Amino acid sequence: MIDVKDIIKPENLVFKKSKLLLDTPMHYCPGCSHGVVHNLIAEVIEEMNIQSETIGVAPVGCSVLAYNYIDIDWHEAAHGRAPAVATGLKRLLPDKFVFTYQGDGDLAAIGTAETIHACNRGENITVIFINNGIYGMTGGQMAPTTLEGMVASTCPDGREHSRDGYPIKISDLVAQLPGTCYVTRQAVHTPGAVRKAKKAIRKAFENQKLKKGLSLVEVVSTCNSGWKMSPVAANDWMAENMFPFYPLGDLKDE
Amino acid sequence: MGKVRGAIVVDIERCKGCGLCVVACPTDTIVLADEVNGKGYHYAKMGNPEACTGCTNCAMVCPDSCITVYRLKPEKSK
Repeated sequence: MIDVKDIIKPENLVFKKSKLLLDTPMHYCPGCSHGVVHNLIAEVIEEMNIQSETIGVAPVGCSVLAYNYIDIDWHEAAHGRAPAVATGLKRLLPDKFVFTYQGDGDLAAIGTAETIHACNRGENITVIFINNGIYGMTGGQMAPTTLEGMVASTCPDGREHSRDGYPIKISDLVAQLPGTCYVTRQAVHTPGAVRKAKKAIRKAFENQKLKKGLSLVEVVSTCNSGWKMSPVAANDWMAENMFPFYPLGDLKDE
Repeated sequence: MGKVRGAIVVDIERCKGCGLCVVACPTDTIVLADEVNGKGYHYAKMGNPEACTGCTNCAMVCPDSCITVYRLKPEKSK
């Protein structure tokens, strides 16, 4: 009989957290998708060996403290303005890898103009878009991406289009712009989805090296605290309700 | 043929007991402990260590990256 102690040896190591992910405990709620995406970004940067050449632009929202977790250079942006800040960084330092990390309240609401125009100009940056359908940090208010009928703290009876408008598919919008080279929608709720999301993030970073234009990776995520569900139930709810409206897959790959 | 054996090490103080690893585990190895860590979370642990194959599914979906996975290389003679 093999003892567990005989298995836990350095030579048998198959998975550990990325070296770029700092030991600071994350402030995210238990089960939050942010943590998985943080680790994927750290892994991609580590594998591409571009730690000293990468600049992240942190948004306003739950991930505002992203600079505490990934050991690269960061820049903080005003709410929604991350693509504009990233534009400036990339134009001044064209050899650096510049990415923004934004939620849906940041990217799809207050930052719509910056997002669409950065995409339209074809800025050579990567945008990571975490779409959980609500404003997580401020208490689960309705966001532009909230599904019809979905309950949020500012629409307790569910979103109703005659009053609140329709949910917006940012990725579909920007995929039509000639400035974007790669637009994809991923999720991180299962191991298979995590693998695919990692490939997508890697590709989005490599597109910067090829100077192809803007790459946007949307990650359909959960906000179990805001949705008032357990982490496991939130993942199931997402698969059942979010994916029919936000179908996973590549929207554009040129 | 020998079964592939694996093991996980959970960073107990980093774990928030979300339970996503428990559902991701194909061999039902992982359970949430009855005890709690310093923050009061029921942390993840191997409830059935013999079943672990070291597939890394749990570590991949862990939002807090607190799982390290080890896998014993199967011996060729087996």
